Amino acid sequence: MTTLLDVRAVTKRFRGLTAVDGVSLSVEEGEIFAVIGPNGAGKTTLFNMIAGAMAPDAGSVTFAGERADGVPPHELCRRGLARTFQIVRPFPELTVLENATIGAMMRAPDMDAARAKAGEVLRQLDLWDRREARAKSLTLPDRKRLECARALATQPRLLLLDEVMAGLRPTEVDRIVAILREINRSGVTILLIEHVMRATMALAGRIHVLHHGATIAEGTPEEVTRHPKVLESYLGAEAL
Amino acid sequence: MNPFASLARLADEAPRRALVLLGVLVAVLLSAPVLLDRYLLSVFFLIFWFATVGQAWNIMMGFCGQLSLGHALYVGLGGYIGALLWVKFGISPAIAIVPAMLVAMAFGAVIGWLGFRFGIEGVYFALLTIAFAEVARIGFDNWSFVGGAAGFFIPVSATASPVNLRGGPMLFYYVGLAMMILAFFVCAALRRSKLGHAWLAVREDAEAARALGIDVFRAKMAAVVLSAAMTAVAGVVYAFYQNNLFPSQTFDIARSIEMILAPIIGGLGTLFGPILGAFILTPLGQTLIALVEKIAGRAIPGVNLVFYGAALMVIIWYAPNGVWPWLKKKLGIPEGRE
Repeated sequence: MTTLLDVRAVTKRFRGLTAVDGVSLSVEEGEIFAVIGPNGAGKTTLFNMIAGAMAPDAGSVTFAGERADGVPPHELCRRGLARTFQIVRPFPELTVLENATIGAMMRAPDMDAARAKAGEVLRQLDLWDRREARAKSLTLPDRKRLECARALATQPRLLLLDEVMAGLRPTEVDRIVAILREINRSGVTILLIEHVMRATMALAGRIHVLHHGATIAEGTPEEVTRHPKVLESYLGAEAL
Repeated sequence: MNPFASLARLADEAPRRALVLLGVLVAVLLSAPVLLDRYLLSVFFLIFWFATVGQAWNIMMGFCGQLSLGHALYVGLGGYIGALLWVKFGISPAIAIVPAMLVAMAFGAVIGWLGFRFGIEGVYFALLTIAFAEVARIGFDNWSFVGGAAGFFIPVSATASPVNLRGGPMLFYYVGLAMMILAFFVCAALRRSKLGHAWLAVREDAEAARALGIDVFRAKMAAVVLSAAMTAVAGVVYAFYQNNLFPSQTFDIARSIEMILAPIIGGLGTLFGPILGAFILTPLGQTLIALVEKIAGRAIPGVNLVFYGAALMVIIWYAPNGVWPWLKKKLGIPEGRE
C-alpha cells in the first residue's frame, strides 16, 4: 500500500491556544481512516489544514507525494482531494442536480458530461428522485448526502468528510455508512472526522484519537477502544 | 463551445409554445416601427438599451453575486471612446466598439483585481465601483481634449449612415433591438456554460465553490470583465443616440442606479428579467416625465427616479424575486427552466 496523505507534526495556534499540537498521521491509499475526539479536540482545525482552508504554523501536509499545506482549496481539489463541510454548504437556490453538476464540472470536458457524471453520483447517494428540488428545500439527511455527492462528483482520490453523520437519526446513519462503504469499494480513500462512535467503529479500518489538540492513540477500532487513555479522556472516566 | 450548437440546444429545450410566442414577439418588434412615431421609437430604443445594460449588469450581480453601482463608468468609457474616435479621427463606431470594449475591460479588470484580490466584498466592493465612476467623472470634467465639463458633441450629419450610427430614431430602434437580442443570447450561452455555473456557485457560496475546484478569483474577474465589455458596447450606441456627452450626466451615480433597476425588478439572475423590467419601467418613467412636463410646464430632473423608487418598493413587496419569476409561476413554467 502507498501513502496517499501524510501529515507531519502539524501545529496550529490561535493566539494563546494551541488547537493542534504536533499531530502526525498518514492515510494509505484505499483505506477508511477516522479521526475522533471529544469537542474541542482540534479535529476541525486539523481537517481545515489538510483541506487547505488554513495553513499550519508548523509541520507539513503531503498529498499524493506533493506538498499540500498552504495550497488553496481549489488547487487541492484539482489534485484529487475533495471535502465536505461540517455545517453543510449547499448552493441553496440551485437544484440538487445543478449542485452536483457544478462539482462534476472540473473534470468533465463539457456540461453534458458534467450532468451525466452528476446523475451517476446522485443515484449512488439516493438523491436522484430529488434532482429537480432546490437544495434549500432538502431535509438535513438529504443535504448531508448532497454534500457528499457534490464532493464525490469531483472524482477525488481522497474524500475528506467532516462529521457527515452528526445530527442524523440511527437509520440515516446506517444508510450513509452503507453508501460510504460502497464509495470506498469503488476506489476512493476516505478520511472521516467523526463524533458518532458507533458508525465510526463500523466503518473505519484505523482510528486516530485526538484530545486537547494532541494525539493520544492510533490503531484499529478494537485497539483504540481498549486504550486506557482513550477510555479516560474520550469516553469519560466513568466508562472505566 | 460552438455558439450555434448552443443556440440550437436552447431552441430544442424550450417548450414549443414559448418558442412560438417568442417568435411572434420578435416579429411584432421588427414590424412595429411602421406604427410608431419618432417619440415612441425613441422610447423603444431606451427600453432596448436598458434591457441590454441590465443584462450586462446582471452577469455580475445576478449570476456572480457581485454588486456594482458604478456601471455608468463603462457606459461613459464606451461613449467617449466611440465619440472621440469618430469626431477626431473619423473612425466608425462599428470599429470603435473594439477599443471601447478593451478599455472598459481593462478598467473592469483593475476594479475587479483591487476588490477580489484584497477581499473587498459586498457593499465595500460596491463603494469601490462608485469611487471609480466618480473619479472618471472628475477626470473627464477636467480633460479639455474631450471638452471637459462643457461636454463633447457628435455633429449631426445630413445624410444617414447606419454603419456610422448616423440616422434617425428608426435606425436606433433597430440597432437597439439587435443589441438587446444579442445580449440575451450571449447571456443565455454564458448561463449554460461552465463559467456560468461557476458564477452561480460563487454567488451561492464562494467557500463551497472553492472546495469544488472553482477558482473563485478568476470567475469573479471573468464576470466583471465581460460585463464591462457588454456595457461599453451599449455605451458607444448611447453616445451616438444622444449626440452629446457630459461627464456630470454620463458618469453620474443616478445613471448607474437607473441601469440596475430593470434586472432587479424583472428578476435578478434570470435571462428574461432585465428585458421584462426594462419594458415595465422605461415606458412608465417616460410617460411620467412627459406628464410632469405638461403639468409643470417644464422638465423636472429626477422625477422618473422618484417613480422608479416607488415602483421598486411595490414590486419587491408583491414579487420579491422580481416580475419574471412571479410570471413564470403564473404561466406554469417549471422552476429550473427559463
